[in-house]
Amino acid sequence: MTTTDGSVQLTTRKDWSSDQEVRWCPGCGDYSILAAVQLLLPELGVARENTVFVSGIGCAARFPYYMSTYGMHSIHGRAPAIATGLAVSRPDLDIWVVTGDGDALSIGGNHLIHALRRNVNLTILMFNNQIYGLTKGQFSPTSEQGKVTKSTPFGSLDAPFNPISLAIGAEATFVARTHDLDRKHMMETLRRAHDHRGAAFVEIYQNCNVFNDGAFAAVNAKEHRDDMLVPLVHGEPIRVGADGRRGVVLGRDGRLEIAAVADVGEDALLVHDESRDDPSLAFMLSRLARGPFEPTPIGVFRAVERPDYAALVAAQLDAVRAQRGTGDIDALLRSGPTWVVDGAPG
Amino acid sequence: MTSTVDRDSDGMGRGAGRDAQALDSLVVRFAGDSGDGMQVVGDQFTAESALFGNDLATLPSFPAEIRAPAGTLAGVSAFQVQIADHEISTPGDAPTVLVAMNPAALRANLGDLAPGATVILNADAFDERSLAKAGYGVDPRADGSLAAFRVYEVPMTTLTVEACKPTGAKPRDAERSKNFFALGLVSWLYHRPLESTLDFVAKRYASRPAVVEANLLALRAGWNFGETAELFESSYEVPPTRLAPGTYANVTGNTALAWGLVAAAHQAGIPLFLGSYPITPASDILHELAKHKQFGVTTFQAEDEIAGVGAALGASFGGALGVTTTSGPGIDLKSETIGLAVSLELPLVVVDVQRGGPSTGLPTKTEQADLLAVVYGRHGEAPVPVVAAKTPSHCFAAALEAVRIALTYRTPVYLLSDGYLANGSEPWLLPEPGSLPVLDPGFAAARLEGAAGSDRPFLPYERDPETLARPWAIPGTPGLEHRIGGIEKADLTGDVSYDPANHSRMVHLRAAKVAGVARAIPLLEVDDPGAAAGEPAPLLVLGWGSSYGAITAAVRRLRVRGRAVAQAHLVHLHPFPANLGEVLARYPKVLVPETNLGQLVKMVRAEFLVDAVGLAKVAGTPFRIAEVEGEMLRLLDGGARPSDRDGGVRR
Repeated sequence: MTTTDGSVQLTTRKDWSSDQEVRWCPGCGDYSILAAVQLLLPELGVARENTVFVSGIGCAARFPYYMSTYGMHSIHGRAPAIATGLAVSRPDLDIWVVTGDGDALSIGGNHLIHALRRNVNLTILMFNNQIYGLTKGQFSPTSEQGKVTKSTPFGSLDAPFNPISLAIGAEATFVARTHDLDRKHMMETLRRAHDHRGAAFVEIYQNCNVFNDGAFAAVNAKEHRDDMLVPLVHGEPIRVGADGRRGVVLGRDGRLEIAAVADVGEDALLVHDESRDDPSLAFMLSRLARGPFEPTPIGVFRAVERPDYAALVAAQLDAVRAQRGTGDIDALLRSGPTWVVDGAPG
Repeated sequence: MTSTVDRDSDGMGRGAGRDAQALDSLVVRFAGDSGDGMQVVGDQFTAESALFGNDLATLPSFPAEIRAPAGTLAGVSAFQVQIADHEISTPGDAPTVLVAMNPAALRANLGDLAPGATVILNADAFDERSLAKAGYGVDPRADGSLAAFRVYEVPMTTLTVEACKPTGAKPRDAERSKNFFALGLVSWLYHRPLESTLDFVAKRYASRPAVVEANLLALRAGWNFGETAELFESSYEVPPTRLAPGTYANVTGNTALAWGLVAAAHQAGIPLFLGSYPITPASDILHELAKHKQFGVTTFQAEDEIAGVGAALGASFGGALGVTTTSGPGIDLKSETIGLAVSLELPLVVVDVQRGGPSTGLPTKTEQADLLAVVYGRHGEAPVPVVAAKTPSHCFAAALEAVRIALTYRTPVYLLSDGYLANGSEPWLLPEPGSLPVLDPGFAAARLEGAAGSDRPFLPYERDPETLARPWAIPGTPGLEHRIGGIEKADLTGDVSYDPANHSRMVHLRAAKVAGVARAIPLLEVDDPGAAAGEPAPLLVLGWGSSYGAITAAVRRLRVRGRAVAQAHLVHLHPFPANLGEVLARYPKVLVPETNLGQLVKMVRAEFLVDAVGLAKVAGTPFRIAEVEGEMLRLLDGGARPSDRDGGVRR
């Protein structure tokens, strides 16, 4: 935070925690995400008063109450729209949007894709638990087909969204995935997202231990995590498995495949390039797994540079001002044809 | 009421060759296909008349379809303007002049004309096919159906094509200038100066010199035709109006409203942020604001109505003046966010340019039927102040007032306009430079660590004792970090609270805050000339919004006939001015005319237990003066009041 001499103080997690009691269910993955964010913020060199958390509705959306920053817990699905207005009018702020799979992809899907394509300078954290938690257990737009929930006793018929594919398709300039069981990876991914200028979208696999326990266990449980999570490292060949003996290659039919390095050779491995302007490979990587039960890439899929929306808006305002000077209301009212009526009042 | 005036004849734009007769007013309607450019020539005839010094009022009317099938009734677009040598308040009940560019335009408008009206037809368009498209079995020029009118047949297409020959344009292209031929002819007939039109044509079509040339040739040809054709017995003039001295501009409601928002943000020293989604008839406010970035105006064309208001609310959270503009369907979509703004207690202005409903309804037609929706149409106890403009130029002052309330009380405010005000225009006496009120956003001050008072916790819901407004503590202010949201908040701290007593207290506080707006708004003024002498009128006409024009004219007419009527017009619809109940109680009869099925009348009956009666109109058009006048006379002469089963409303 800023002191009377204008400098930014060194802070700790405690400085970023509000006095409100955290009310998620015991064992919820949200706790570890909150800890990661509160531990990360002191490292970012930002001021508390310039930091804003905006959320919609859902379990994840309670997040702002637990931060000692500015915050708004808004209405279902609308956080990206509200945050867009704030970001455009206040480019000096550091704005985080905290949302869930229902909030971001169902009721708020429209706002999310438009914030991404405009490249609004927001760090968007989407807690994906593949279930509606706050309303006590209905399927969500990321739930697998066939899922039995309270609202789908005979199984869900809906095909799910792939959030990473959706974000890339929406022209996002930064797209990443991490999960709630790896604080180090979370902090590193969120740091990258924060430092990105423009819209940064991070899908966080988050366990809902009450309504959808173990949804991601097949890929992120400690015992087989190294085999099932595929780390994306910029400039490095994409390897699969703890022993590194398999890797991702571009197959002859134009599809990505997982192959044994011994069969295809080291040089055949796809080298990850997050800065590729063309999104096709990042999109293909997002389709490598059909769901969190096959080897699943985590890390930064895509990080490209494009002017952020607020900067474009500000530049246009500046350009018009440079051309026309600052506005004069009396001149505005007289900018069209006018005529004068003479004579004494009466 | 005509007399002869002499005019110099020094060429085009100065006066016609023959003597001109003076008229005290004139109602002209230009009608043609929606692609014929009727709005353009209507606008120009209006501009010519404004600069000539007439008082005026306009009523554009166009189909919702951009290009309905040519020549059909559905595709007729019209522009009506009344000009007068005295102050007027409506575009006139019945046109005294109709310019009809084709049979459909004649058929669609004939029924509205005043007896003995002048009808100027484009004779070239009355072929068999066009007559059939308009649904005429027999040519109306031949069957006597125009006998009650003074009809002039002018081959406008042929004459326009002929006039444009020097440009080398193909006849198909040249004939598109026929609207300017019509304008030239009518301008000659009614002695309008052409300077503003010459200037307009040169600027509007600057990138297409051939079009400029063709339009000007057609305009001159029309003027000269009037001068030389000996078709018209006389030309006419409406002398300038004696308006109050000052500088005037002719403005539409949407322009005045946009300028009011710019001025209000400027006077408050904060940036204006408009979050909006295109919708008829509100889009022109977005278009106008988008032009004025030098004032620090940001216009954000959002992905939908909800994002428009959401972004505006986000901008308000950051210390900008957040505004969203829409019409009825957008109001439905924005309601949840407006409820959030009630809970957050942040400034926000929501402009509703009303149109006919329900649903898509009549996008290009006017109605005042959103009043109950904006006053009551949110879930929970969610009070929102409501301000309504009454004339096109009043949209400017109404916008300033809506912003004042929003900033002072940290509340969303509805600003009501409608399609009639939005597109209609009138001369506006511009405010003197430097005369606009100064507004104060009153941001909460920083609490730097170690400075005095920084040990006391910041209370985001601590209220100003007078206004009950909470602090506007914007991000970036050290020491005021706080969280707000749509969940019920604990009094003072703003923390989440489900406590029953706290909820009750907060509901009452929010209601008291909005009710308190009434303490700082002017008392309702009643125009009742006899009241001062102890003889109040037996009837009060209470209006709101755009019915002001017709009510005012009707009241004037009755007074000319010696009948006593009192008039009052509400700008603040929620809360009402503090003296409204007392005013209503003073009059044995109260009439509330509105273009809905009786919404304000329902509110005043419910709130004040007065036996007010309503006059309803839901035709997508504003009241005619005669409609209001007739109902007033009926009530004055002891006619039966509408039944209570109808809510006291004559429908």
